[in-house]
Formats: sequence, structure tokens, C-alpha cells
Amino acid sequence: MGQKVLLSSKEINIILHRLACQLLENHLDFKNTVLVGMQPRGTFVAQRLNKILRESYGVREIEIGFLDITFYRDDFRRGDKTLAANQTKIDFLVEDKKVVLIDDVLYTGRSIRAALTAIQSFGRPSEIELLVLIDRRFSRHLPIQPNYRGRQVDAINDEKVKVMWEENDGEDAIHLIDR
Amino acid sequence: MSELSVKHLLGIKYLNEADIQLIFETADNFKEVINRAIKKVPSLRDITIANIFFENSTRTKLSFELAQKRLSADVINFSAAQSSVKKGETLIDTVNNILSMKVDMVVMRHPNPGAGIFLSKHVNAAIVNAGDGAHEHPTQALLDSYSIRERLGDVAGKKVVIVGDILHSRVALSNIFALKLQGAEVKVCGPKTLLPKHIESLGVTVETNLRKALNWCDVANMLRIQNERLDISYFPTTREYTQQFGVNRAVLDSLDKEIVIMHPGPINRGVEITSEVADSDQSIILDQVENGVAVRMAVMYLLASKIK
Repeated sequence: MGQKVLLSSKEINIILHRLACQLLENHLDFKNTVLVGMQPRGTFVAQRLNKILRESYGVREIEIGFLDITFYRDDFRRGDKTLAANQTKIDFLVEDKKVVLIDDVLYTGRSIRAALTAIQSFGRPSEIELLVLIDRRFSRHLPIQPNYRGRQVDAINDEKVKVMWEENDGEDAIHLIDR
Repeated sequence: MSELSVKHLLGIKYLNEADIQLIFETADNFKEVINRAIKKVPSLRDITIANIFFENSTRTKLSFELAQKRLSADVINFSAAQSSVKKGETLIDTVNNILSMKVDMVVMRHPNPGAGIFLSKHVNAAIVNAGDGAHEHPTQALLDSYSIRERLGDVAGKKVVIVGDILHSRVALSNIFALKLQGAEVKVCGPKTLLPKHIESLGVTVETNLRKALNWCDVANMLRIQNERLDISYFPTTREYTQQFGVNRAVLDSLDKEIVIMHPGPINRGVEITSEVADSDQSIILDQVENGVAVRMAVMYLLASKIK
């Protein structure tokens, strides 16, 4: 199993700051915008962006939630094993708000399809955007593209992109792993 | 682990501790779902579930049906009172007829102990036991433990007393299995006539003095006096039962600590517990009903994921 570093901690930090600025450009004070991190690993990206926006760019209040899509997946009973569910924590209504869905890796697009359905349980957003840290090009099963992307990679299907976070895995790094 | 060790839920006896934890963790997620503005998820949209009730039930049936609808399953209902069972059809024939309409899961209540187990050996569908005679009522025990966990943080190490008709109660048996599996201490309390002989062999202790039992416990699960099952006189009068084994405010106030009161419903108000106790802050009876939907969603979701 080969493994190479796609992005280092420093590069990830620069990319997160760039994504924060792009969000800022479109949403200014975040009064009518909510960030929704997708469980399990999109929540780290969302929390980092939230922190950067508050600490480095003086945004006062951002509503942030976590969305679990397990019960909305389209591969229920089709996979080898059941996926364990995670906690959904959205303490606000998304009615007429702009929602930014946030995930770490965009691959087939099926999770995002499920998230688009799941978010409707919390109201009708005025707009939904998608932010991903890593966009795996050429591997989409559905017509879904991100509005904000950290880095585009051409990983082949046998390879796996693994995003690691200091708070969870001990260091910030993105690896490309040969399976 | 994210999979149950069983294909059917026939009784708590057939589960292990990890199964119970998985059901509870999944139920936590469903509890969040049923408290949303839109309370429905599409998980079981290609699953058809038959609710087959050979015995009367209001809340269990409603709870199962609501859980199925919140999971987007297709539901058909069947109760023995309005069916060909009255015309002499056998259990297997009834169920096979329903299954040939392409049903994936059967939720069944039946007056005979072991009916679910029998069915699971002969028909090709996931079976959920919703009560089989005086044997087991696994989803009730799961929601009871889930409610204890919610109120007290954990079930392990807690002291639970089950009060009333232990002899005829499937709720008692399933609860004993579930609580022991999770490491709780269990005591049963009731008139000698309603305590089965050798119940100690299940690892529970016996007490015939209600006040002593209540002083010992953290949680008291008050069972209903099931008049419909009492074929002979097990105690002189209902009034005498209430005097010996009924819980009222004065009894609770005389205890050293504040205990949690549970009841699987339907309550005979003024018999097992007074209205004052049933409606007090110490009672988690209505939490049990709400948790019942979440726990049943978890059970059916996890079983459905094993249907290939």
C-alpha cells in the first residue's frame, strides 16, 4: 500500500484561508448564511472555517450545524455492511437562508445528493452552495459540482484520498493512498 | 460494530450487549429525527412491513406503525379480529398469504409463547416480536432500558425493581434479560402468588415487601395488573393489592431518596400507581412512549439493513 502526501499542514492552512475569503466575498457578514458540515469528516472543515472567519476576519456570528446523511443514502441494503449513523446537530431552521454544505472530499457526488434531500427536513433554503476541500475530478456519478474547491486532484478509482486533522488524527495532512 | 448479530428480533434472550448498545446509539439519532420539523427519513422506502396482531394492542401497534411511517416504509395492518383466522386458517397459512404479497418484514403479536420463533423458522421475512404470550416483549424492554439510560445516564450498576404480576408478564421477563445484560441489579416484587417459582435462577432477587424494595432501588417499573390474564384469584381483592403493592405520593415521600417511576401502560390509575404519582416529575411514563418510537425505528432500520 503506497502513500504520498498530497497537501501538507501549511498548504492546508493557506487553502482554508483562501476558502474563507471566498466565502466572505459572497456572504459578507453571514447574517443570512449558515455553514453545514457533513458528518463525519466534513465537520472538521466547517469548524476550521468557522474559526478562521471569526478569528482572522472578524465575522461575529456564524450559525454552524452538522448534518448526518446516513438515513438518506441511496445504497441502503446494497453495500456489504450497514453504516453507523452520526449525530445531526442543526439547532436552527434553514428556511430562506443560504446554506453552505461543507465536506472534505467530493468523489461520486452521492453523499451530496443525500445531503440535498436531508437538508429539506430543516426548511426550504433560499440557496444551497457546496464547498469541498478536495475535489476528485472525473469520478462523479451525478451532475454535482462544488462552488468552492480547495484543490482538484486526479486520483484514479483505486486510490483513496485521506484527510487528517490535528484535533482527530494528530496532524493536518492530506494523503493519497494506493489500495 | 454497526450490525446486529441477529436477523430477527424474537427476544432479548437472543441479543448480546453490543446489539443493545448499537440499537441505543441508532435510537439516539432517530430521536433527533422525530423532534425535527419534518420527522421523516427515506431509509426504508423500498421495504414493506406487515403488522400482524393476533392480540389486542393500542400503543404498541400505534408506536410500530408510526415508527414505520417515519422510516418511509410501506405498511399493511392485519388484526385477527377481522380476518380469516376466525375462519380457522393456520398461522403459517395466514402469514405465507401475506408474504406472497412481497412483504419484507413482519411485526407480530400473538397469544402463544414462541409464536415468533416458530414463524422465523418457516417464513422468509425478518420477524419482530411485538409480544408473544407471557414470553417476551423485546421492544418494550429496550425502550424501558433506553429511558433509564436517558434519565440516569447509564443502566449498568443501577438498581431496578419490577413490581406486580411477574408471573404473566412478558414485559417483566424481557426487562430482566435486558437489564441483566447491561449490568443492572434487578429485584422483583409482588404477591407470592404472582412471583414464578425459581425466578432467582434468572439472577434476580425477590422481595414481597414493597417499601423495602423501593428503598433499595433507583428505578421502579410498575407493571399493570392484567385482569384479562388472571384466570384464578391470585390476590383477595384489587383494593388489597393496592394497599400492599400500590405506589402513592405518601409512599414515595417516605423513602430516603427520589426514585424514578416507570410503567409500560396502559395504567390502571389508582391500582398500581395513583394519578398523582403517574403525573409527577419522578415519572418517566410519557418519555417511555416517545422513546418507544425512536427505539422501534432503530430496531427496524437495523433489521432491514440485513435483508438482502
